Amino acid sequence: MTMSASAYPSAWRPPTIFGSPGRRFAFWALFAAYLVWSLSTLNVDTARIMAGLPRAWNILVRMMPPDFGRWQLLLTGMVESVQIAIAATIVGAALSIPLGIAAAANLSPRPVYFAARGFIVVGRTFHEVIIAIFFVKLFGFGPVAGLLTLAFSSAIFLGKMLAEDIENMKPGPVEAIRATGASFGQTFVYAVVPQVLVKTLGVLIYRLDSNLRHSTVIGIVGAGGIGQTLSASFSRYDFDFASAILLTIAAMVALGEWFSDWARRRLR
Amino acid sequence: MMPGSEGAAQAAAPLLAVEGLVKTYATGKKALGGVDVIIDRPQLVAVIGSSGAGKSTFIRCINRLVEPTSGRILLNGEDIVALDRKGLRAARRRIGMIFQEYNLVERLSVMQNVLSGRLGYVGLLASLRYRFPPEDIQAAFALLDRVGLDGYHNQRADALSGGQRQRVGIARALMQRPDLLLLDEPTASLDPKTSRQIMRLVRELVAERQTPAIINIHDVALARAYADRIIGLKDGLLVFDSPADALTDEALTRIYGEEDWSTPQGEEEDEQPSRAAAPMPSA
Amino acid sequence: MTAHQLPHRPAPMRDYPDRWERYSARERLIQWFWLGGIALAAAWSVSALDIEWAFFADAHEQAADLIGRMWPPRWSYLPRIVQPLIETLHIATLGTMIAVVFALPVAFLAARNTTWNQGTWLLGRSILVLSRSINTVIWGLVFVAIFGPGPVAGICAVAARSIGFIAKLVAEAIEEVDAGQIEAVEATGARTLQVYGVAILPQILPVLIGTTIYRWDINVRESSVLGFVGAGGIGLLLYASINQFAWSQAIVILIAILGIVIISEAISAYVRARIV
Repeated sequence: MTMSASAYPSAWRPPTIFGSPGRRFAFWALFAAYLVWSLSTLNVDTARIMAGLPRAWNILVRMMPPDFGRWQLLLTGMVESVQIAIAATIVGAALSIPLGIAAAANLSPRPVYFAARGFIVVGRTFHEVIIAIFFVKLFGFGPVAGLLTLAFSSAIFLGKMLAEDIENMKPGPVEAIRATGASFGQTFVYAVVPQVLVKTLGVLIYRLDSNLRHSTVIGIVGAGGIGQTLSASFSRYDFDFASAILLTIAAMVALGEWFSDWARRRLR
Repeated sequence: MMPGSEGAAQAAAPLLAVEGLVKTYATGKKALGGVDVIIDRPQLVAVIGSSGAGKSTFIRCINRLVEPTSGRILLNGEDIVALDRKGLRAARRRIGMIFQEYNLVERLSVMQNVLSGRLGYVGLLASLRYRFPPEDIQAAFALLDRVGLDGYHNQRADALSGGQRQRVGIARALMQRPDLLLLDEPTASLDPKTSRQIMRLVRELVAERQTPAIINIHDVALARAYADRIIGLKDGLLVFDSPADALTDEALTRIYGEEDWSTPQGEEEDEQPSRAAAPMPSA
Repeated sequence: MTAHQLPHRPAPMRDYPDRWERYSARERLIQWFWLGGIALAAAWSVSALDIEWAFFADAHEQAADLIGRMWPPRWSYLPRIVQPLIETLHIATLGTMIAVVFALPVAFLAARNTTWNQGTWLLGRSILVLSRSINTVIWGLVFVAIFGPGPVAGICAVAARSIGFIAKLVAEAIEEVDAGQIEAVEATGARTLQVYGVAILPQILPVLIGTTIYRWDINVRESSVLGFVGAGGIGLLLYASINQFAWSQAIVILIAILGIVIISEAISAYVRARIV
């Protein structure tokens, strides 16, 4: 199997992730074209941005050092956000049970299943802030709107998870418990609950952490919590207070995530 | 069969000279307690010994994948231990290494893996785009042909069998046009027949390219059959260093400890699983 | 004594316990503690929020009323929102692109096996935490204050949040790369950047692409509301419509947002299924 040295090719191109050089060229060409198109049609007034840069620097400087002087206001806002998050998770969990059961293909009748699934799809699409605006419009400013917003979105999320868990349930253990002559309630407790409990608890903790993050944002449209404090401080040009709030939010969210990871690991 | 290091009267600097190599790990374990080895001609040197005897540490100290605690390692007269990062990279270019787990970049093609042997010789940007000089590409094709993988250049590495992957590893090491080959248990993950094929290939390449190779191996039968010279390590010290045919039962006892060495080893071409593992006491 | 041999003497009777509890007393105490704590937190939250329960009595009527005002949608409004919709997509896409460029080096900083020292690792991790803790909309507030209202603030906000998201997942992928493969390329005498490019980058490419597309999909959703804080996109029109009680307009915008989110989710799922 020997060839003379000159018989070996001296050029070789590596295979690309696109499958062929033609496709790779097409991709980058499209990419470049998109950049050109988007940057030109975007209302970017570069002159104004350039002029605004020194102002930007000025603002950044005014954000330092963060001003924790009004910490009571900060604390009130944060506590409200935490309360909204906790209450919303609980209410959302309660609402998610009927929704999840309705959206489980192996439990609910066809039309109910489709309606529930459709409701979940639509509900998931909209950002919490959009939902918050609606609730603020309906129930006025304040944490009630925030609670309802997050409860609604939590119910959708948790309902979807529950539906999937129910659909993925192993029929074996349920059958086995039924075969011993247990009642429906007993079957539920001994066969269904253990299968979904740990995962559901994990999902609940995850959602609590999510709600904590979102509760900081919905205040911007008036749904209570620290978001409102933050929005107010920006509009009053209180930049050093704003940076204090931002740091607090970052710390709280990081703490919440750490707690969530720890708790879910402990559950295993 | 090449003679061992005794009576080496060469005037030129030896290809590899290891002097007083000591390695103590942070845990306090003394893996090597002062090893001296001289390789002055192209030969296939097998390093044998029980687990924990220091074979792997010895091999990996030579290209400083493991940092020696003290001692000198002279490759063509230059002390590798004393080199800085840049010098070490230059030295590593001249040492080709072949691994037990093949260590190919799985998602890349065979050709890309082989060419990565020349990374040290090509600029950063060119290497990332795999623009290697034409001589390198030709050499890569020639090497793939030599190791029996003609036509495989565009296959993804993870689509190959174990033996095939090891051949790619060998081709990659040879692409460096190294002065020395290091092989760390290259056949431990391969079946007996493939192991012999690989060992045969390595021996042929050592002769063809006149490049010395140090191979860390636990299969004594393979070592005896294919190596020119055998080095035995026990508890981090060199206890045997002679031509392969001088490996007696008494020597094996010195290296591994008391055992009935008369149990036959599978040296035939059939699939009999190597009994080399059986006589070795656990370390 | 193997199983098929019968014992030649009956085993002596031992005292087996006649009680069994799943959880020890201590474990149960801890469980009650947790349950009690949760109940307390729940009660405190709900009570402190000062909810007017009377509101909910006619909630269903309110909902029906709202839906009545939204339907039928005012389709004539549609052409008005095309441009802002496209702007929303641009904000999401450009923001994600910028984020990838920055996320890659940050990922290498935040991965234990590629970072320079403890200090740089901490720096990388801090960037991750900061970026991920602050929501896109809040970043929007910050950048609107800095750059003024408009899509530039939106793009920066999207990028700021996405850097942490992408970099965290890519850093995890970097840490999981087979150490042997990295070692082998190092042993050929290659430079550090070459080692990264040849041994690490090809292995993390699927994660990088998948995460980027996933984040782009999320960003489309987020960009739709950035307008609320003045950072460009369709959010501004939506906010205005709702504030003016122009419900049949609002529903048109909502349907449009629904459309682009569903399409972006489909694209995202398609691409992620194709890369391996």
